Amino acid sequence: MSLTILDNETLGYGRTAVLSEVSFALAEGERVVLLGRSGAGKSTLLNAVHDRLAPAHRVALVPQDHALVPQLSVLRNVLMGRLDDHGALYNLTNLLRVRAGDRAGVAKVLEAVGLGPEIDRPVHALSGGQRQRVALARAWWRGGPVLIGDEPVSAVDETQAGVLLEQARSRFPTAMLALHDVGLARRFATRLVGIRRGAILFDAAPEDLSDAEIAALYAG
Amino acid sequence: MPRLPRSTQAERWTRPRVLTLFLALALLALPFADLSLGSHDAGAALARMLSGFIRPDFTAVEQIGRAIWLTVAFAVAGVAAGASAGLVLAPFYHLRGVRWLCIALRSVHELFWALMLMQVMGIAPMTGVLAIALPYAGIFAKVFSEQLDEADPRPAQVLPKGTDALSRFLYARAPLALAVMKHYTLYRLECGMRASAVLGFVGLPTLGFQLDSFFRLGDYGAASAIMICYVVLIASIRLWMRSVLAPLWLLASVVTLTLIQSPPMGSGALMRFLTQDIVPAPLRDGWDGAALWDWLRPLLLSEALPGIIATVLVAQIALALTGALAFAGFGLIVPRVTSRFGRMFGHLGLVILRSFPEYMLAYLFLQIFGPSMLPAILALALHNGAIIAHLLGREGEEIVPGLRRDAPRGLTLWGWELAPRLSGPFIALCLYRWEIILRETAVMGLLGIATLGFYIDSALAELRLDRALVLLIATGLLTAAVDRISRGLRRRTSLGEPRRYRDECC
Repeated sequence: MSLTILDNETLGYGRTAVLSEVSFALAEGERVVLLGRSGAGKSTLLNAVHDRLAPAHRVALVPQDHALVPQLSVLRNVLMGRLDDHGALYNLTNLLRVRAGDRAGVAKVLEAVGLGPEIDRPVHALSGGQRQRVALARAWWRGGPVLIGDEPVSAVDETQAGVLLEQARSRFPTAMLALHDVGLARRFATRLVGIRRGAILFDAAPEDLSDAEIAALYAG
Repeated sequence: MPRLPRSTQAERWTRPRVLTLFLALALLALPFADLSLGSHDAGAALARMLSGFIRPDFTAVEQIGRAIWLTVAFAVAGVAAGASAGLVLAPFYHLRGVRWLCIALRSVHELFWALMLMQVMGIAPMTGVLAIALPYAGIFAKVFSEQLDEADPRPAQVLPKGTDALSRFLYARAPLALAVMKHYTLYRLECGMRASAVLGFVGLPTLGFQLDSFFRLGDYGAASAIMICYVVLIASIRLWMRSVLAPLWLLASVVTLTLIQSPPMGSGALMRFLTQDIVPAPLRDGWDGAALWDWLRPLLLSEALPGIIATVLVAQIALALTGALAFAGFGLIVPRVTSRFGRMFGHLGLVILRSFPEYMLAYLFLQIFGPSMLPAILALALHNGAIIAHLLGREGEEIVPGLRRDAPRGLTLWGWELAPRLSGPFIALCLYRWEIILRETAVMGLLGIATLGFYIDSALAELRLDRALVLLIATGLLTAAVDRISRGLRRRTSLGEPRRYRDECC
């Protein structure tokens, strides 16, 4: 069953079209990876898909700029993944003093991404790679059927990236990510989508794509 | 006449022309301003005061200590209440009703608030706290809402869609602006300390009251001592007011203020104030349009109008003098222009002039020069000039390290490198303070100078609160008009909103 459909739509910011006349569908159980040079339109497509899905489905999002609150602790930033599950009073009291149950839950998630000891540090004191893992932990904590991530492992080393994508695979049945590492993408994806100059160049299973076809995305 | 194209309009308002315009206005105002020295001998009065001032006398330690502590207590309680109310209002500031309420609250000067509140509550601690808290709530709401708008919007955008508004605000908006909001609140406390001190001049038990008593007794040594304590207290505010200590200061202030004995007011004072006192006299027994006009016309023509004219006269002369002092004086604190030793004195002089509110300086000058517009103009120009000089000097400090290695020194550097580079910020700051100068000029009427405050004070003294209210509204409208013109001029001369100077607005 298809979760979301874009049918011949033109996407962009304001009046500038970034992607013109795109058609795209995401089915349950798929792991789609978007490939392409920066500025090709990957983020635009991810945002559009997120906006179509979010009203009806629980979507966990890892935006490219992380969008963390630097003044708050790692713990509270991760808690933000589930604010919509509770009322204002619960969230307010949690902000002042985090409930033991929530803390234990978040601690587990942080353990998984390797940030266990960092739980009470403010985000502004973290390195770039650590911040990215906080953004991932926020998505893990949110959970749900779909993960959408824009370069979610760009700031961590390759080994760590592999481990984190493995976790993403086991936590979310459906996923749609933009990645720049082709090797990682091939291992993770059930479907690779190549975007070049505002149009979809290919959309196929990894085993049906040659390295040359993928390299053409980044050429000249 | 057809509308001029944009570029031509911009050319009409070049910076030199704006400067010339303001200088011309001040010169035009001069012949109409009463700048006479009082009948008594100003020199002798000055000599008597100076001889007292150079021998500060701290023996009245109990009175001095009490006045200083109460000044702090009123300031802390008033600013805390104002900041809390402002924080609650800030997220709703984009709503027209809230915005207008805030504009109305802050368009009335703290001293006018105090005088009006006294009609309801008498000389009670609550009068002083509210006189600070009400206008400050309007200011805090505006500034906090701007600071929240300027904060990074992305964390709020990625929150799950169903997140309720309060959680959204507390998790993803407020923490981002908290640091700047705290910084601004601390700065406002400094303003609150000045406001609180000045409230003493209308009878609250703060520094102004004690200073006035010492002056009446001719005890200039004690007056000098209390002013020294005050300057030290304001200059060291960043040392004694720490985030961790803030709750303690607030608690101590509230306890102190609740322990103050104040004469009880008759019951129903508030109701009488709202339904009787401030209702225009001819309307108290029902609507009568003709009678209202007969009441309003003389009030506007023989009180509001002369009050407005005098206020504008004083403000324009003071503004020109402010600019002249600031422009000439900012080099005093810039390295390479002034020696290290000279800069020390420059800083000291500017700190002292900045610490004393205009109203208090005007009070001092009034003792020396006798009643005329002169004390008000001097006070306004010295205080505001010192603030602008301080800000320009700080900018100058930042420019100096980046200058070429063979740059000149001293006055040449000031004239050739700094003055031209800082002329933009200079005009922006002067235009920015124009509204503040006007506000303060209006309130100086309480000292007997014939500006708007004089007529408001007279109406209050006769317990004709309805007339006072009309004059207060006139004052508010005049301030708002000047604010608008100033904003327009800043835009046309492409100086923009000097947001980085927002912190220096009292």
